[in-house]
Amino acid sequence: MLAATALECMRGDRTLFSGVSFALAAGAGLLVQGANGTGKTSLLRILVGLSPPAAGEVAWGGQPIRALGEAYRGAVLWCGHSNALKDDLSALENVRAAAALAGQPIAAGEARAALERAGVGAQAQLPARSLSQGQKRRTALARLLFARAKLWVLDEPVAALDTGGVEWLAAALDRHLEAGGLAVVTSHQPVATRAQFATLRLGA
Amino acid sequence: MSGGSATTAALGVLRRDLLLALRRKSDALAPVFFFVIVASLFPLGIGPEPELLRRIGPGVLWVGALLATMLALARLFASDYEDGTLEQLALSPEPFVVLAAAKVAAHWLVSGLPLIVAAPVLALQYGLPADTIAVLVVSLLLGTPVLSLVGAIGAALTLGVRGGGLLVALIVLPLYVPALVFGAGAVDANLAGTGAAAHLSLLGACLVIAGFFAPWAITVALRIALE
Repeated sequence: MLAATALECMRGDRTLFSGVSFALAAGAGLLVQGANGTGKTSLLRILVGLSPPAAGEVAWGGQPIRALGEAYRGAVLWCGHSNALKDDLSALENVRAAAALAGQPIAAGEARAALERAGVGAQAQLPARSLSQGQKRRTALARLLFARAKLWVLDEPVAALDTGGVEWLAAALDRHLEAGGLAVVTSHQPVATRAQFATLRLGA
Repeated sequence: MSGGSATTAALGVLRRDLLLALRRKSDALAPVFFFVIVASLFPLGIGPEPELLRRIGPGVLWVGALLATMLALARLFASDYEDGTLEQLALSPEPFVVLAAAKVAAHWLVSGLPLIVAAPVLALQYGLPADTIAVLVVSLLLGTPVLSLVGAIGAALTLGVRGGGLLVALIVLPLYVPALVFGAGAVDANLAGTGAAAHLSLLGACLVIAGFFAPWAITVALRIALE
């Protein structure tokens, strides 16, 4: 479903990685590992189409993602380092704005239910500014619960999460993979999913 | 994607930006305050000479409005860029160009429209006659969206650059010149009794061109900034 062929990434004139290839079938997960500065985030940004690779190609369903454009972006959910939350909006408003942006507006009730399942239901009306780092992360990850995207690309999703949060995320990942979804995740901490993730090691 | 869902997403972006402006009233009101202050200081500084004030009025009001719209430019995309929202905009299944246009529309509603509302009152200080004030309002209605559109290109180009605020001014000011010349010219022409239609038509043409091309330029610049 998702295939990367001989990806290469340059930072200035330094090669971060080259010859990275992998293929992911529906229902499979990939864990990207590597020390700091080996290009994990850069690889993920290439996979979602935010930055172009210096060489190589990413294909979705057999077609290069550059050619697919909006059709591919509709199939991807990207959760980067930053939480993409607006400090002045409440957690609820943030979740609804994110859903509308992903092309699938949701009602307030649905957003509240997602926040409750993510463990920040009590903070739904608080401005995002007043949430703790972990609560912000949970609010950002609440998108996973109603997104219809087939491919999840999560950059360090467990950063700032407590053990309960990590378990919750693992369960969400399992449900997604069982439903035939794909996931590409970077993490320095172990995420105890039932599903076996393939491992890609950068900078080895 | 269907046109309907693109409109929904664009309205979502517009609504979110307006809501953010409401939550940060002091930021949102800065351009109109600036405009009022500049336009009120000139008559005080120059003194009560009705002829002179009427002569400089159109130019001062237009320059004031132009500088006021620039105040909020630097933050137009910067806050979205910093908190990661811009990545989500770029990765939305809806066309990025429509979403970028929605952001510019929100910028105009917050920092352009209030200027047009304030302009007639400020124009009284310069002793402009009623029909000239009407032309001033029309020229600002046509001109301030041009300023927002062109300014957004500069804001997108300087995204992530240190000292971007000054750079935006350097990039954008020359591009503002046509709007300023035709806008202030329209008001001047009406005062001189030669009719403002020609200037307003040219200003309208500027708006059409900017409305058509600027969103594409903004999108390309934002994508480069995100790489």
